[in-house]
Amino acid sequence: MTASGTFGYGPEFSDFIDVTRLGAVIVKGTTLNYREGNPYPRMAETPSGMLNAVGLQNKGVNYFAEHIYPSIKGLNDNIIVNVSGSQIEDYVATAEKVAQLDGVTAIELNISCPNVKQGGMAFGVTACGAAEVTKAVRKVYPKTLIVKLSPNVTSISDIAKAVEAEGADSVSLINTILGMAIDAERRKPVLSTITGGLSGPAVKPVALRMVWQVAQAVQIPVIGLGGIMNWKDAVEFLLAGATAIQIGTANFIDPAVTVKIIDGINEYLDRNNFSSVQEIIGALEV
Amino acid sequence: MKKYISDLRLVSTEELSSDYFLMKFTSNEPLPEMLPGQFVEVKVDNSPTTFLRRPISVNYVDKETNELWLLIHAIGDGTRVLSALPVNSIVNMVYPLGNSFTMPEKASERLLLVGGGVGTAPMLYLGAQLYAHGFHPTFLLGARTASGILQLEHFERFGAVFCTTEDGTMGEKGFVTQHSVLASQPAFSRIYSCGPKPMMMAVASYARKNNIPCEVSLENTMACGVGACLCCVEDTQKGNVCVCTEGPVFNINQLKWPI
Repeated sequence: MTASGTFGYGPEFSDFIDVTRLGAVIVKGTTLNYREGNPYPRMAETPSGMLNAVGLQNKGVNYFAEHIYPSIKGLNDNIIVNVSGSQIEDYVATAEKVAQLDGVTAIELNISCPNVKQGGMAFGVTACGAAEVTKAVRKVYPKTLIVKLSPNVTSISDIAKAVEAEGADSVSLINTILGMAIDAERRKPVLSTITGGLSGPAVKPVALRMVWQVAQAVQIPVIGLGGIMNWKDAVEFLLAGATAIQIGTANFIDPAVTVKIIDGINEYLDRNNFSSVQEIIGALEV
Repeated sequence: MKKYISDLRLVSTEELSSDYFLMKFTSNEPLPEMLPGQFVEVKVDNSPTTFLRRPISVNYVDKETNELWLLIHAIGDGTRVLSALPVNSIVNMVYPLGNSFTMPEKASERLLLVGGGVGTAPMLYLGAQLYAHGFHPTFLLGARTASGILQLEHFERFGAVFCTTEDGTMGEKGFVTQHSVLASQPAFSRIYSCGPKPMMMAVASYARKNNIPCEVSLENTMACGVGACLCCVEDTQKGNVCVCTEGPVFNINQLKWPI
């Protein structure tokens, strides 16, 4: 799958890859109303990664449903909409609207965006908040409900268990890690928002650890993401217990990386005489 | 326009001036069509602190030799590693990206192309394309000192060239917006500009005051280059838009610059 916010709506990459080959396309974070996002500068390159503070820039769910969805319907069998909000009512209203779109097979509930002032991550940092928003959306959304978890917490397993208990079908993790970059010469923060979300290979060991912990803690499928740059990284997440993986920041470095990773996983399976990817999920020998 | 990911081979690197390098690349396949103002996302290997690709303007496309020219100002780790690559190195590029400068409407138009520093890079390809379409552009190049005026002999192939340097070592002393060619008659009917933001703002201000259509090319910090990450946004009359897809070329009336 492609991680939300790193693949646009999909057509941005159709010159480079056959988008139908992907397991799913998760489109960028969608909110009830239009959001302008944060002011520029929104990005800072860091060693082995980058910080972003986009702030959920999008035109709102109605615009998505009327103008974007018709043009991407059928781009992939699994179009998943990442839904975000700043209050529970917004999440619910957005999910209700998305539920009407036949071509959208799942929602990824974003309770972990570090770049919006109200809400977003606020729901994702407590088990109680995460449970509350999951419960509310579950009531109105009958299809597959994935909850995307924040790593900026003390115990991610507790939060995973809380959303599982409220009916989440799956959890995806990790969203970005809250970070900061400073321009020493100017003595100013690089990002307009001072802090932002760190992604890329720099976060991979943290993501892998959290996927491992959550896979031990819950029964529902875990989707792993965080700094996956190649097939080997992907296989590590599968071994740690992820049932599926998302590719995010790597799309910026190589727009064809997703299909290379699919091919690489298949070659790994063949080379090691596995007949199915199922055989390596959670197969870490400890 | 279709975008490609390709491995290009480095044919030559020439240090035009301190830290300014002209790098020429070729491909086994014919290079795709590229428009003036478009850019290339260059992958830099073997630089531990460089994670993202580097967006570089198309400086020139030589169809006869199948070469893509990039003008590199080696100011960071990525561009330094790039400029030091040995000949025949294979460099991965995603291209061509972004929009392009608008071609003039009338054959009689008097065109001014203003470039500063490494921002002169797209002005050469624009000038070449205008010349190929029968126009006779005027170039106005600015730099701090004479050694910063780059590729003069190439610009001269496509039009009249005027220079300003801040220290007066070449052309007129001062800034581009102070050059006497701006007062020449008949007045310019269209201005294109690329360079440091203060320079472009001064050019934009001149253009607005004199009611001359003006396009500028922005270089906001980018990640993906294809409109996916929404990092390089510019605040415009349409709200925040991606410089990598809606730009890098903008009419100054689209921008919210305080000019």
